[in-house]
Amino acid sequence: MNDPIMPTILSIQNLRVEYPLRDHKRSVKVAVKNLTLSVSAGEVFGFLGPNGAGKTTTMNVMLGFVNATGGDILLFGTSVRQPIARQRIGYLPEMTYYYKFLTAEELLRYYARLFEIPRPETDRRIDAALKLVELEHARKRLIKTYSKGMQQRVGIAQALINNPDLLILDEPTSGLDPLGRMKVREIIQRLKDEGKTVFFASHELGEVETVCDRVAILHEGELRAEGRVKDLVAEHQCNLEQVFLRVVGFQN
Amino acid sequence: MNKIFAVAGVVIKELYRRKDFYVLFVLTIIICLIMGSMNVFNDREIIRYVKEICLLLIWISSLIIAITTTARQIPAEREQRTLLPLLAKPLSRTELVVGKFLGCWIVCGLALVCFYAFFGVLAASREHHWPLLNYAQAAFLHWMALGVVIALALLGSLVFAAPSSNATICFSIVAAILCLGRYLDKLALATPEPIRSIVYSLYFSIPHFEIPFDMRNLIIHDWPLIDWKFIWLLGLYLLAYIAFFLTAACLIFRRKALN
Repeated sequence: MNDPIMPTILSIQNLRVEYPLRDHKRSVKVAVKNLTLSVSAGEVFGFLGPNGAGKTTTMNVMLGFVNATGGDILLFGTSVRQPIARQRIGYLPEMTYYYKFLTAEELLRYYARLFEIPRPETDRRIDAALKLVELEHARKRLIKTYSKGMQQRVGIAQALINNPDLLILDEPTSGLDPLGRMKVREIIQRLKDEGKTVFFASHELGEVETVCDRVAILHEGELRAEGRVKDLVAEHQCNLEQVFLRVVGFQN
Repeated sequence: MNKIFAVAGVVIKELYRRKDFYVLFVLTIIICLIMGSMNVFNDREIIRYVKEICLLLIWISSLIIAITTTARQIPAEREQRTLLPLLAKPLSRTELVVGKFLGCWIVCGLALVCFYAFFGVLAASREHHWPLLNYAQAAFLHWMALGVVIALALLGSLVFAAPSSNATICFSIVAAILCLGRYLDKLALATPEPIRSIVYSLYFSIPHFEIPFDMRNLIIHDWPLIDWKFIWLLGLYLLAYIAFFLTAACLIFRRKALN
């Protein structure tokens, strides 16, 4: 269970998502089956599952990219289809490339305009975000000249430009070297210390065990386990990786 | 409106920083210069001929710029996955479509100013006069017609997956309207029912680009100015098509799943 004292920031109720199969137009693939979970303010929530479990699909519905077949998702009590619901969230997609013809500073300024942040405040936030991700030295360079790790850090900076209350990260360390992963982990830890709510999907279970308060494990579109990391580990008397393997049926 | 201008600003920045945009621009200017230098006998008929070819070239170049730049806008965002962080911001899909349209339309407007200014200098160097208001009327309607083409290409980019197929279809539609649009009513008269009704409805429903296209004659033949009232009315006529195609694009985009 999540913290009953803290307000619920994200609420998923009986979510069901179906896709028509391309080969068989009449049949559908159920990507998410009646998923219900909630995330409280200040939590770091790990969203786990093997590839194809329905994690990205759930995130896509959370952000209004895909319509749910059934159920509902509320962000800060507002339907995700309303642009206002996205005013207080930051999002880092998996493997995203940013506008190659822009510099990091121009990209952040563009996104700040979409949040209608006043200009002096924008300057301050750009400085703070670039300092946090250690890209101050490259702020005037075109993004096409960045390494993969630097692009991922620009992604984190853009997700933080509006000083979000909820940060949604889809595999933030995928494809990064150990140093890059450590830096991303440090940033998440710092955000956690600042009291931000972080919802992130990851395959790095060691990392999830280190930074997350609670996790949910999804398999074949169904919620198989949910709870505090400490409780799950204590219940199964093993580490999170082994808990994960047991829950998805690869280990007894 | 601030968000729409932000999207339009990035479109303008992209086109300004892309090199392929300048290639067409320089090519058009070189061809116009060569055409301009053909007037060796100072014969007015030859000047008219050169002016006609140069203006036709400007029309073709502006259509290429409008269609190719617009057709790739949203597909490129999807392909490079920049659309996801963008739409995770408090930006509605309607604002994105309108912003993209505005950016492309402004770029085409700037390109037209350069084209017409260059053409004006070239023509003035031969004819020693510059009918500025004629240029303004022709360029204004040209820009409005490009607005319709841009809105059509934007709509096509949401219907067809590949920018190349969208661009080809848009070019074919625009070329067909320019070449055949004015004859559809005559064709309808010569055909039996029910084809007559179909051709008539087509005649009254397509945007008649041939009207702004024919405004070239104001410059080529030094015709007197057209009453501004008609120019504004024609502008409104084209604006209605822009609004129609943009509304259709927004409605399609709103239902589209992004995954």
